[in-house]
Amino acid sequence: MQLNPWALSGIATVAVLTFYLGHRSSRFANTTHDFLVARRTVRSRRNAAAISGEYLSAASFLGIAGIILKDGADGLWFPIGFTAGYLALMLFVAAPLRRSGAYTLPDFLEARLGSVVLRRCGTFFVVFIGTLYLVPQLQGAGLALTTVLDVPSWVGVVAVFVLVVANVMAGGMRAITVVQAFQYWLKLFAIAVPAFVLCAVFLAGGKPGPAGSLGSPAPPVFASETTVDIRTDVAFEVHTLTQVVVRHPGETVPHEEVWVQGSTRELPSGTSVRFPSGTPVPTVGEAKVDNTEWLRPGSGGLEDLLRTYSLIFATFLGTMGLPHVLVRFYTNPDGRAARRTTVHVLLLLGLFYLFPTILGALSRMYVPELLLTGQTDAAVLRLPSAMVPGVAGQVIGAVVLAGAFAAFLSTSSGLLVSLAGVVSTDLSKGRVPDFRIAAGLVGVAPLALALFLRPNDLSLSVGMSFALAASTFSPVLLLGVWWRRLTWPGAMTGMIVGGGLVLAALVIDVVGRFTGGWAPWFTDQPALFTVPAAFLVTILVSLATPNGRPADVNAVMLRLHAPDRLGFMRDRAVARFGQVEERARLGRGRHRK
Amino acid sequence: MTDTPRRADGVREPDPTLGKNYQPAAVEPVPAPPVEQPSEPAKPPKRQRVVLADPRSSRRTTPTLRARLELEQQTSWGELLIRDLVKHQLRTALGLGVLVLLVLGVLPLAFYVWPGFADLRVVGVPLAWLLLGLLPFPLLLLAGLAHNRLAERNERDFVDMIES
Repeated sequence: MQLNPWALSGIATVAVLTFYLGHRSSRFANTTHDFLVARRTVRSRRNAAAISGEYLSAASFLGIAGIILKDGADGLWFPIGFTAGYLALMLFVAAPLRRSGAYTLPDFLEARLGSVVLRRCGTFFVVFIGTLYLVPQLQGAGLALTTVLDVPSWVGVVAVFVLVVANVMAGGMRAITVVQAFQYWLKLFAIAVPAFVLCAVFLAGGKPGPAGSLGSPAPPVFASETTVDIRTDVAFEVHTLTQVVVRHPGETVPHEEVWVQGSTRELPSGTSVRFPSGTPVPTVGEAKVDNTEWLRPGSGGLEDLLRTYSLIFATFLGTMGLPHVLVRFYTNPDGRAARRTTVHVLLLLGLFYLFPTILGALSRMYVPELLLTGQTDAAVLRLPSAMVPGVAGQVIGAVVLAGAFAAFLSTSSGLLVSLAGVVSTDLSKGRVPDFRIAAGLVGVAPLALALFLRPNDLSLSVGMSFALAASTFSPVLLLGVWWRRLTWPGAMTGMIVGGGLVLAALVIDVVGRFTGGWAPWFTDQPALFTVPAAFLVTILVSLATPNGRPADVNAVMLRLHAPDRLGFMRDRAVARFGQVEERARLGRGRHRK
Repeated sequence: MTDTPRRADGVREPDPTLGKNYQPAAVEPVPAPPVEQPSEPAKPPKRQRVVLADPRSSRRTTPTLRARLELEQQTSWGELLIRDLVKHQLRTALGLGVLVLLVLGVLPLAFYVWPGFADLRVVGVPLAWLLLGLLPFPLLLLAGLAHNRLAERNERDFVDMIES
């Protein structure tokens, strides 16, 4: 791996700019109000950019292209689901949730159902989901750094972690808003420009990429003699008679091997394999082998169909339950502004998600060896130098890498802010020093997990946190906003059943992965069953426990749904920190809604 | 907007944006009401937007106190009103949600049941990729815009009803 000075300077620029912007705005962040909610006067357009910037994680920036490289048309459901989740959020919860005055999900649960036990349960799931979501971000940073520098992957993990914690501790939400709005535009630039340039290169070439046309029925092939270094243990099936030169780890002299059709090979980490030109690329795991199959959606039979619907369930309903999403909405002045912000978010996300698809399709033609090494998440990072040789390719690669770093930084900052907010307001008094301590504390667990867990596909592990959010918080949110008869025992059992089922699936899936992949398909995409189960349990238990219905349900419903101008909205923070006058001063015309 | 600083005699201070070399024209003290002095033609003062009425503040007139009290005290009438609003909003949201879900949700089934549909091509690009990679995003945005509009209309109707 050669040292790429362009890429390094790209990363350095992003890091310095992030730190500078964070530092510049954190000078103005002095009060708890600033730390937790950016004084709730953020304009809807900037807020939308910040929400999108926070939401577009490593899974969106790197993972989607990787999934498309591997799964083809079926992978296109990931960007659709990630965007449609915001539509569901807007249709059902954005405005009422903002009006409820809740700062975090546990806050909302307590305000609506008046139970402290339920609140504790909610806090547990928020921290759990947040941790699960943070791990792939940090691991993605490690992966991205190894593609440009000859360092072990933990260096990237620790570097991103330190930068994020420093920024969050210094400025809280106020600093994060500006940084994230900036990072959205950076990410859009960093994926749109390479996509345009590489598309132009591809079209100017006038012929399909070296690995073979996407429309051809054959699998992609190695265009020239290619040496592939295996960095994690892989197992794969050989589809055609293949003659290769293999050097196992510890050996000095490579030797020839012939792999017969239909045999299964296992290569340990450290192996290097040389393929002669024209050999079809073997694929690891469940990736689509032939290009025809890859190109056509639903080619995997009934199982693929159900898996797609499961993904739709998880992403459409999971977005509203992610811990870092709700906190961002709290920075809107009122319910109407929250709704308008979401429309902007839909536009910004839709714009962004056009590009990973293009890059994913191109990478199938130019970097097929990733199908063998299993590092499909690196597709976007490897593609530029594979398509454009020389300095130009390196520069484009540096732009992409800078965008990827922005993705890690913004999502992990957002998650850390929301987790620290939940922990510090729940377990201590929610003052600024508590917030700082909490930010350090909640970061430790994901850091440890990211260092010790085996890196998986980014989109899949992020998909798991969506499934968890969809099965725990979305029933409570949807029913809490629209259904008067919800009770706290119902909400609690629903959350525990939904969350428990997803966790069980997760455990079975991980165990199955380590012991030969016997787990059925729905263990890695369980939402199709867990979400309806959670809804059903919530409704049934609520109907069975009419005594648990809060006495003030009418007043709460009024506050959630009455139009903003009637003035029923009550903010928790105002009651708590007593800054009504300051808010009135800032809210008068200086900031547009 | 802060008030323009005025001298004791009611004459406006020169606009600070005109620079420090700006010499204000001599003002002869005129009895009230003070008349705006036409400035030099060479250096017109900075243009100022004059807002005759802030539409927001006029809309923000508090609704009649009685209606608010009824809502707050949860009289049967107030409760009925808010129930009605919730029903309206839910119907709007569900309608749009089901529409989008139908349009998108039918696609995987169509590709599965009818493989020929998945193989269709439009100017060389597979139709499936256009349907999945491009079209959902404008559809979602349109649904969002529509909901924003409908939900705000519901709220406006509700407030109008209370105020009348």
